[in-house]
Amino acid sequence: MQHPETSHNRAPRTLVGLSALASLILAGPAIYLLIRNFTAEADPFGLLFTARVLEPLWRTIQLAVLVSLSAGALGTGLAWLTTRTDLPFAKTFSVLLTLPLVYPTFIGAAALVRTLNPGGIVNDALSSIGVDRTPTLDGLFGAWLVLTSLTYPYVFLPVAARFSRLPASIEQTARLLGNSATRVFARIIVPQAAGSIVAGMLLVFLYAISDFGAVAILRYDTLTRAIESNQLANRPVALALSLMLLVLAAIVVSAERFADRRRVVSNSPRSSATSALKLGRGKVPAIASVVLVVVFALGAPLIALLDWSIRGLIQSGETGRRLRVDAGEIIEITGNTLGASAVAAVAAVLIVLPIALLIGRHRSRMGNVGHAVAISTFALPGILIALAGTFFINQTDWTFNTFHNSMVILIFSYMVRFAALAMGTTLIAVYAVPERLRDASQTLGADHQRRFLTVDLPLMTPGLLAAGGLVLLSTMKELPISLLLSPFEFETLATRIFGTFNEAFLTEAGLMALTLVALSFAATWALIIRPLAKQR
Amino acid sequence: MWSAYYYRMASRALAALVTGFSLTAVACGGSSTIPNELEGAAAGIFDSDCSESTGEEITIYSGRSEDLIQPVLDAFECQSGTSVVTNFGDPTDLALQLVEEGDRTPADVFLSKSPGAVGFLRNEGVLSSLSGDVTSLVDDANVGGDDSWVGITGRQRVLVYNVDLVDEADLPTSVLDLTDERFRGQVAIPATNGSFQDWFTVFRAQQGDDVAATWLEDMVANDAIVTESNRPTVDAVGRGEFQFGLVNHYYNFQELEAIGADHRAENHNFAADDIGSLVIVTAAGITSTSDNVSESEQLITFMLDEASQSFFTNDSLEYPLAAGVEPAAVLPALGDDGADFDVTFDDLGNGLTRTVEIIENSGILSN
Repeated sequence: MQHPETSHNRAPRTLVGLSALASLILAGPAIYLLIRNFTAEADPFGLLFTARVLEPLWRTIQLAVLVSLSAGALGTGLAWLTTRTDLPFAKTFSVLLTLPLVYPTFIGAAALVRTLNPGGIVNDALSSIGVDRTPTLDGLFGAWLVLTSLTYPYVFLPVAARFSRLPASIEQTARLLGNSATRVFARIIVPQAAGSIVAGMLLVFLYAISDFGAVAILRYDTLTRAIESNQLANRPVALALSLMLLVLAAIVVSAERFADRRRVVSNSPRSSATSALKLGRGKVPAIASVVLVVVFALGAPLIALLDWSIRGLIQSGETGRRLRVDAGEIIEITGNTLGASAVAAVAAVLIVLPIALLIGRHRSRMGNVGHAVAISTFALPGILIALAGTFFINQTDWTFNTFHNSMVILIFSYMVRFAALAMGTTLIAVYAVPERLRDASQTLGADHQRRFLTVDLPLMTPGLLAAGGLVLLSTMKELPISLLLSPFEFETLATRIFGTFNEAFLTEAGLMALTLVALSFAATWALIIRPLAKQR
Repeated sequence: MWSAYYYRMASRALAALVTGFSLTAVACGGSSTIPNELEGAAAGIFDSDCSESTGEEITIYSGRSEDLIQPVLDAFECQSGTSVVTNFGDPTDLALQLVEEGDRTPADVFLSKSPGAVGFLRNEGVLSSLSGDVTSLVDDANVGGDDSWVGITGRQRVLVYNVDLVDEADLPTSVLDLTDERFRGQVAIPATNGSFQDWFTVFRAQQGDDVAATWLEDMVANDAIVTESNRPTVDAVGRGEFQFGLVNHYYNFQELEAIGADHRAENHNFAADDIGSLVIVTAAGITSTSDNVSESEQLITFMLDEASQSFFTNDSLEYPLAAGVEPAAVLPALGDDGADFDVTFDDLGNGLTRTVEIIENSGILSN
């Protein structure tokens, strides 16, 4: 996204230095992967054209393209309905529509399948009223549908943030000129948010190529599956395949950056009031489609989680089966989850901020490099980020003894993993400060620091909160890094859900997953939706 | 104005969070202390007063969930006075982490759900040999090469089937029968899962690569379905999505415990001497960098004691491997010779590479 008011002045040296440092840190996992490919004598080029790689690679690309297209369309449409129309309960819907993001894929996908597939809860209900077998979620179709429903919030959130900044006058003028509502949406509103939409779709694409949990459950054979089954069996192959994943991500990210340079988005001043578009006759279909998404993406997994929890509680009441978790433990790990995620969210916003400032204010090439690095890292499976963290602290006795098994390395790795999520919205936040205003305050003699605190920061706050909120929600469900790098005996909801679910303690897993959803509901409301709504 | 307000609120909320969180982190950071006496499940394993703390501490990397072993670890702490620090996770990830940590790893003991991960660690040279006092507690078949690990409990391979869709009379006596036409498109195989891969490695070791690879190719030709792991396989068979699954016995018992009779699947055992009835062991080894070998061996010995073995079979319905403990009443007895297939899991680490190649080449992963 290019800012028309961007000044072409040279960036302050501190800012350039900070960005360079941030980029280097975010490049850590890629550097680790290159080193390990070298030391393990992996042969990525030799592998590339074998059937063992090409077929899963092709399937991976098909899936990622389909998922990013559908998530892009769905996220944009939903963002429009909830921010620019008179859809009833728009704020509540906004929160509910964000929540599917928080299901860890391994349990979210399993719960969806449990509810919807043959013999599942919905299926039973349907067959009792005479509707026989519904289509089975599996293969490309199943993986596409499930991943779309788990990832569209990556588009929905930033696009909603962007939409709510557009002045109402745009639509009014266009409507007065005789354009239909659909035409206004397609020709005027969407182009205004193109940058946010593409950035969101890019995150979805990278998420889809890095996902293992959902594709495995849905029996769709991708590159991550090949990586996973070779982890112990053939380390060089697993490393070479991971490198391919990173290269694929880098190509796609660079292509987006290149296309982005040609796109100029006008920055509209923040509108003081949006007069919502009247849906009129379209209201019922609009409500129906929003409800459908909520029911499918949030509700269907929730049904299975509730079913597991309630049945299990009844069972253990009857048979005296030992429950593996108690309320005290759930409260403790909920606190751990929230605390670690909040700190990680702040860290992730802080590390991308210099890069965003460099791009937004100075159109710097250095900023673009940092941006590409931050985003590409999102395609790497979490286990690699965790191993990279261990690798780097293991270079000297001092670093190992200081950071191993500490909160520092955990937060640091979360930050690297999720910086990509903070990047796009932070950039929007940077653009939210009109150059005119900064110039004015400069003329009035405010120094750098004072200007930043009194002018920039307040204007940037909603964007930064949304960026942090996105990282917070994703960290709350993060698994591989939490499992490997948490200080010993520091557990999070995701790690306990994994432990219980994996050994088929469904009740315990269900109860903690419900806790995670409830916690996310509160966080989404407080950090993302209220500030956004307030902004209108 | 609103944004200034939000900024203040947000910074306050964050400050509160970070403070609260730091306090929690500090509170959790201390090493675990030995209680005076035990409560709950742990008390069933060791019911005397606890020993004074010896000040010794051992660190366990456990690929087995705490839900299965925490009471045993608590009982050990109480009995021995040695503190146990735990790091739970996925066995594959933990094994990779241990290797990445190299000589500086704090891990003393590694626990795995199946022999694959300990086999990998043995090949990487990071496991030490266990003393004869420990290895003699279990059958030779349940000891890894170079005495690098011992089995702690067993999970038997079974055929889980849907009770509404399958007639008991039609159940096969051998896993090799599943290539028959009557099973077309109805058998799920968690081919990427460690326990299936370990089973397949033993299958190859016992009957040769040709037999094993041909069987798998025939299964592919018979439209076998690939699934992610044991639990979702059992779930899908219970729902009737497909009729059969090749899994460990453990999962169907847990599913029944959690959901009750609405779960419509049962385990079927192949003939006792059939390769399909192999018992896959969960395993424990000690790292070559451990400074606490004697305490670590005490822990493994404790897990092979009668009290722990009884706990494992009665609480989580696994097969006991030591101390003459009988399997829980609900578990079918193993064959007369126990699980002796005249093969050890010795070369599982090496064999795994070839196993994964055969599985990938069979085409089952995209079936």
